[in-house]
Amino acid sequence: MREEVNTGAVIPKTAPNPTLVKLTNLWKKLIKNKSAVIGGILIILFILIAFIGPHFTPFSPNTQNTVNKLATPSSEHWFGTDHLGRDIFSRIIHGMSITLYVGFFSVLIGTTIGVVLGIISGYYGGKIDTVIMRLMDILLAFPGILLALAIVSVLGSSTENLIIAVGIFSIPVFARIVRGSTLAVRKLEYIDAIRALGANDARIIFLHILPNVTSPIIVQATLSIATSILTASGLSFIGMGAQPPTPEWGAMLSDGRNYMWDAPHVATIPGIAIVVVVLAFNLFGDGLRDALDPKMKN
Amino acid sequence: MAKELLKVKDLKQYFPIKGGMLGRTVNHVKAVDGVSFNVYEGETVSVVGESGCGKSTTGRAILRLDEPTSGEVEFDGEDLLALSKKKMRKKRKDLQVIFQDPYASINPRQTVRQILEEALDIQNVVPKAERGKKIAELMETVGLGAHQADRFPHEFSGGQRQRIGIARALSVDPKLIIADEAVSALDVSIQAQVINLMKKLQREFSLTYLFIAHDLGVVRHISDRVIVMYLGKIVEIGDTNSIFDNPQHPYTKALLSAIPVPDPEPEHKKERVILQGDVPSPIDPPTGCRFHTRCPFATDKCKVDVPELRSEDYMKEEHMAACHYQKEIEAGTHTAKY
Repeated sequence: MREEVNTGAVIPKTAPNPTLVKLTNLWKKLIKNKSAVIGGILIILFILIAFIGPHFTPFSPNTQNTVNKLATPSSEHWFGTDHLGRDIFSRIIHGMSITLYVGFFSVLIGTTIGVVLGIISGYYGGKIDTVIMRLMDILLAFPGILLALAIVSVLGSSTENLIIAVGIFSIPVFARIVRGSTLAVRKLEYIDAIRALGANDARIIFLHILPNVTSPIIVQATLSIATSILTASGLSFIGMGAQPPTPEWGAMLSDGRNYMWDAPHVATIPGIAIVVVVLAFNLFGDGLRDALDPKMKN
Repeated sequence: MAKELLKVKDLKQYFPIKGGMLGRTVNHVKAVDGVSFNVYEGETVSVVGESGCGKSTTGRAILRLDEPTSGEVEFDGEDLLALSKKKMRKKRKDLQVIFQDPYASINPRQTVRQILEEALDIQNVVPKAERGKKIAELMETVGLGAHQADRFPHEFSGGQRQRIGIARALSVDPKLIIADEAVSALDVSIQAQVINLMKKLQREFSLTYLFIAHDLGVVRHISDRVIVMYLGKIVEIGDTNSIFDNPQHPYTKALLSAIPVPDPEPEHKKERVILQGDVPSPIDPPTGCRFHTRCPFATDKCKVDVPELRSEDYMKEEHMAACHYQKEIEAGTHTAKY
């Protein structure tokens, strides 16, 4: 005889998708991390400024007013004017989109190429691995800015070439990280099982390995944006990046350094802008890394 | 006599050891060193031996999960090692594998349905419209409910996960399944269930099993024939009863004497053979008979001459061992040193 026993427990019909659970946990950890929250909010704010800001600036970024040059901050010119009488506040706002554009796209180039090389290297191993990784070592052997400088001098200085140069210099970091993670993932038994079923390499790489190596890529990409922005500004500072009159922050800083004693704000304000943006990405990247690290509880 | 489904001839799997600045190959781990055996259609052959003896490597080499160094693997009349990568992918439909760790062998991000669907998709065994039905059938076949198909692996127990692994292997209608320690990670009671399931499936789908294991009790229960490996070589091969009742090689004797007896009364007490020392390194295996460093019967001849697998007239047909002194030991004229 069987009796129906009602234990009173509620048995859920379906359990949530583990990817969804992971994302929810990640979110919970992330919002607990104060610096990550500040970094995240700042990044969102910067992106909004980059998109909407240029429509609301009081002056055009390139309108010169030689009568009112090197003016100190006032209610009319919030951040003052530069040596050609251009409104610095407007130029900073317009420069925001250039800075983010350079940061995002150079990292996009670096990530795409780096991830492909890293996965190929880690998955196939052997000679291919040796060749790719030695190439990466060569790239890594140069100091980043020197490498970017060399590439820009070959390609010619423009914002697009700046992006390519900074992109190339961030390839090896991604290739190394992805190679390491791929090596760990491809040893898992379920990859063997899929292989034993007759899956081709493309399926294994894109459907089974790539989803498992995304977290380190995301963290590194966030941190790389900060480095890229800094490198790009550095190149513009020495005149190898964005060309005048583009309101690029590095170039503005460079223009302002001649008037360091008479009008320090011309150089300082773009400098502060660079620091704040780089800091925001670094804070967010660090927070993201901690949140994704399974060994860090709380 | 049944048809030979799998013929392995002189299979070698050496793993290079890289060293030095340029990553040159400085040495090899000789994981499998010249292994030959046949598997007949519909039978269960077990490969036993202590860990590190190359039994899993043999399985992986047959499946070409690692490319073997040399040798021949003939499956259903076709040389697997000669196939191109593309042809091999097609051929994989006929050879499937069940892994040891049910927690590592299925992708935690996929539902059971996705796992099975992918398997069906790769080999395209069932038209798209009928895949749902096939998945439900597979689930029922391995003793899971069709309603559980949309669950994720973490919602299942170890035994259930192993059933999922079996369902995945079964989904492409294979002829041979290599079970690589398929039940070793499970509780004893679950082990029995999974083994009985595997036996049932063998009858239903006329499967052939190559069963890699170290649990001799399980091996005796499930297999028709047994292969005993030591340090990358086969030391004894024969039908299960013949090997368990009348082991010839000193290593097999030692291995079998380690099986615990359920009722250890004095009259049932077996002689325990306790081996000296450890398994030598497969990087630099001993010369001659690989077992001579630990063998209580070893002589100088064993250090030099490599013994071949051979049968003696008092042994059952197809029962072969690789010991220089198997006949003398059996007759009692060659005795142990300790």
